[in-house]
Amino acid sequence: MEHYSLKINGHVYETGAEPFESLLDVLREKLRLTGSKKGCDEGECGSCTVLLDGKPVLSCILMVSDVRDREVLTVEGLPQGGEPHPIQVEMTERGGIQCGYCTPGIIMSAYALLQENPRPSEDEIRFAIAGNICRCTGYSKIVEALQAAAGTPIR
Amino acid sequence: MVANIVLSEVEYTHIGKRPVRPDGVDKVIGRAQYGPDITLKGLLHGKVLRSPYAHARIKSIDTSQAEAYPGVRAVITAQDLPFASLSKEELGAGYQALKFASDHVLAGGKVLFKGHPVAAVAAANPHVAEEAAKLIKVEYEELPPVMSVVEAMAEGATLLHDDLYTSSLGETSQTASNVAAHARYEKGDVAQGFDEAAVVVEREFQTASVHQGYIEPHNGTAFWSADGQLDVWCSTQGAFTVRSSLANVLRHPVSKIKVTPMEMGGGFGGKISIYLEPLAALLSKKSGQPVKLVMNRVEVFEASGPASGSWMKVKMGATTDGKLTACQAELALDAGAYPGSPAMSAAMCAFACYDYPNGLLDAYDVVVNKPKTQAYRAPGSPQAAYAVESVVDELCEKLGIDPVEFRLRNASKEGTRRIEGPVYRRIGLVECLEAARSHDHYQTAVDFQPNGKLRGRGVASGFWFNRGFVSSCNLTVNPDGTVSVVMGSVDLCGTRASIAQQTAEALGIAYEDIKPSIADTDSIGYTFITGGSRTTFATGLATINASQDIKQRMVERAAAIWEAPVEDVEYVDGVIQHKSDSELRMTFKELAGRTLTTGGSITAQCNIDPPGEGNSFAVHVVDVEVDQDTGKVDILRYTAIQDCGKAVHPSYVEGQMQGGAAQGIGWALNEEYFFNGQGQMTNSSFLDYRMPISLDLPMIDTVIVEVANPGHPYGVRGVGETPIVPPLAAIANAVYQATGVRMQSLPITPGKVLDALWSQNGS
Repeated sequence: MEHYSLKINGHVYETGAEPFESLLDVLREKLRLTGSKKGCDEGECGSCTVLLDGKPVLSCILMVSDVRDREVLTVEGLPQGGEPHPIQVEMTERGGIQCGYCTPGIIMSAYALLQENPRPSEDEIRFAIAGNICRCTGYSKIVEALQAAAGTPIR
Repeated sequence: MVANIVLSEVEYTHIGKRPVRPDGVDKVIGRAQYGPDITLKGLLHGKVLRSPYAHARIKSIDTSQAEAYPGVRAVITAQDLPFASLSKEELGAGYQALKFASDHVLAGGKVLFKGHPVAAVAAANPHVAEEAAKLIKVEYEELPPVMSVVEAMAEGATLLHDDLYTSSLGETSQTASNVAAHARYEKGDVAQGFDEAAVVVEREFQTASVHQGYIEPHNGTAFWSADGQLDVWCSTQGAFTVRSSLANVLRHPVSKIKVTPMEMGGGFGGKISIYLEPLAALLSKKSGQPVKLVMNRVEVFEASGPASGSWMKVKMGATTDGKLTACQAELALDAGAYPGSPAMSAAMCAFACYDYPNGLLDAYDVVVNKPKTQAYRAPGSPQAAYAVESVVDELCEKLGIDPVEFRLRNASKEGTRRIEGPVYRRIGLVECLEAARSHDHYQTAVDFQPNGKLRGRGVASGFWFNRGFVSSCNLTVNPDGTVSVVMGSVDLCGTRASIAQQTAEALGIAYEDIKPSIADTDSIGYTFITGGSRTTFATGLATINASQDIKQRMVERAAAIWEAPVEDVEYVDGVIQHKSDSELRMTFKELAGRTLTTGGSITAQCNIDPPGEGNSFAVHVVDVEVDQDTGKVDILRYTAIQDCGKAVHPSYVEGQMQGGAAQGIGWALNEEYFFNGQGQMTNSSFLDYRMPISLDLPMIDTVIVEVANPGHPYGVRGVGETPIVPPLAAIANAVYQATGVRMQSLPITPGKVLDALWSQNGS
């Protein structure tokens, strides 16, 4: 067991972990940040998406030893001053969530997209969330919610 | 986008609006607690050892090395289930049912599918549990696997169960069989009907096993206390079903089992059966500590779900003017390892969209060496509709009649009797077909482009029952004027919202003042699963009825305060007032604030098993493009039209229609369990079991047709099941129009399309 000092959502967390443990397991089991979800644990579903130094990564296939001295942002870190981020607001208001399990991953992929490209096209939105499988919605209302969050016309 | 078609005439305050769901914020900020998120003091982690074979006899199990492994606290096998110590005589008529239920949880004599649980370990952490599980030595005698209904029904087929006999038309077979049940539905005289037909089409179809595909894996956490109290936390569509299933296999009284349903990451019918819950319970009993188990994705594919694979033969005849004269079908749906496929439901749904004089349906429930199949959104109906709606399309082509027009000429309507007996009350199939015909999508010709790709359009309809079943709600008026609604229905995707809206409507108070929550099994009356498109209807009725009681009790309380006769006081739009003395008037909030000092809380409850189900119909239109070089099929445009009754929350109704269509598109084009020659699944990952991603789908257009259900005060029918029914056939019909080839097996993979195109070209 090694000691890790991790920068997550602007805070420093101290924790012990085995170097081979995934960032996702450390977030969920050690730090109890359970907003990031485990759907497949093999980098295929996207539910565990977090941002690492501003880029979306799959935290289930990233070892905790690889995130030393880097900034991690999870879905719990998006609200500012207690207010949910506009992406989070639009997802709730436009039916972008059904069961809600893929939702944190979708939100993090979308957040990364809007940081780089504030006014994406529908195709760019679909491409940005192509690694996030949603089984409930058929994606239409997720795309609409993200268009609304970006302030681009909805269809 | 086309506006929804609102045919109900009542204007509501809350019904039909689009408020934010009460659990919305929790689900976007990461606060919602799903089954895998739970932790408890002293929690142990479990791992299941599963069969590597699809069909084998267990000769011996040696757990000694695992038990001796450092950190291991408990190891269990089928010997730890009560069934192992109960005799056939003791169990009598219930013997086989308990044997099947127990064997499904932990294999006794035989393993019947790859992934079948054989043993389980609890340890201080998941890694130790995994290592220890590998140390369990199991000796198997391999047996030939039986993988399809056709194989399983063949003369001389290898038997999965030597004590399974066919129950057929009231008789039980003399010899053991893989066919668990055969049912028949009949009306008129099909032979005569086919004689009267000008055109008869008969075809066979097959569909592959598909998985429900929820993203959250199965999970179960249990704590068996020394006093026999068993607490369970899990992701389930029905906490009471988990409780009764556990009571059955553990032979433990329901009064000593409390099941707390956690937030659930998708179910679609696949989260009704128990898998890990009894293992966690037994491991906890043995170790004295709470135990948690979570499946990995391979386990989810190999040992949960799937929906039935099928073999079907459909024959239909019609006159030259397009009137159906006879409908006949044989439907064999695989049940996986233990009986219980939705073959009978498939049969009841098969011709439910049509009014026809002569019919004959034979349905077969058949066991094969696959995981025990589970419900998947309108169980049985999509397979049946794929076969029937493909044959209807061919009839239309032969008769030269437009496919929507043909369906209108034969559509079920109020008064039509279904083959299994029930007569339709007010239904909206005709309205859906008319909406399809006049829709811009259908009115716009398929856009053929000279890009070397083939394009086509397909239409199909679909049906689901939306039966009610038992629901419970407890309502409490809080001193601040809000109302707590405690319900037994798990919220899959908007139940809190739709129940809160109906409560607000019934009470005439603000939606924001309704506080819905979901209770554990000790805290609410029995409530059937959230599934079958029953919850908005049945649990809605429970809260509406309880709201009427709340109103009456508010009136009684006001009368007591005013020292007036009860009959002089009335409740109007959230205001309690004296009928003649206008001075005597209190808002809901004012009276709520006085309840604690004038007699105590006002509460009401309702337990209901409502009649009045509102059957639902859908019509889908799809345009596809087929790549002649690769065989890939792309969806260009998709429109889902459905009679949902009154849509309580139109956004969530549209979401159900889009989600159901998307799952149907996956079923039609991509999704399939691949088995090798040994019956082992070879694609048990999301990479290889390819569900639709955002790039695979267009925006799915929806038209909600609101034909009010006369069996519900606001006209609610239910929505979630029906939209998965039409897509399979709609896409197959579109591929036919594009290529000229009838696709008689699903999924319509690029390989199958290329084979079909090549054989058509003779190359």
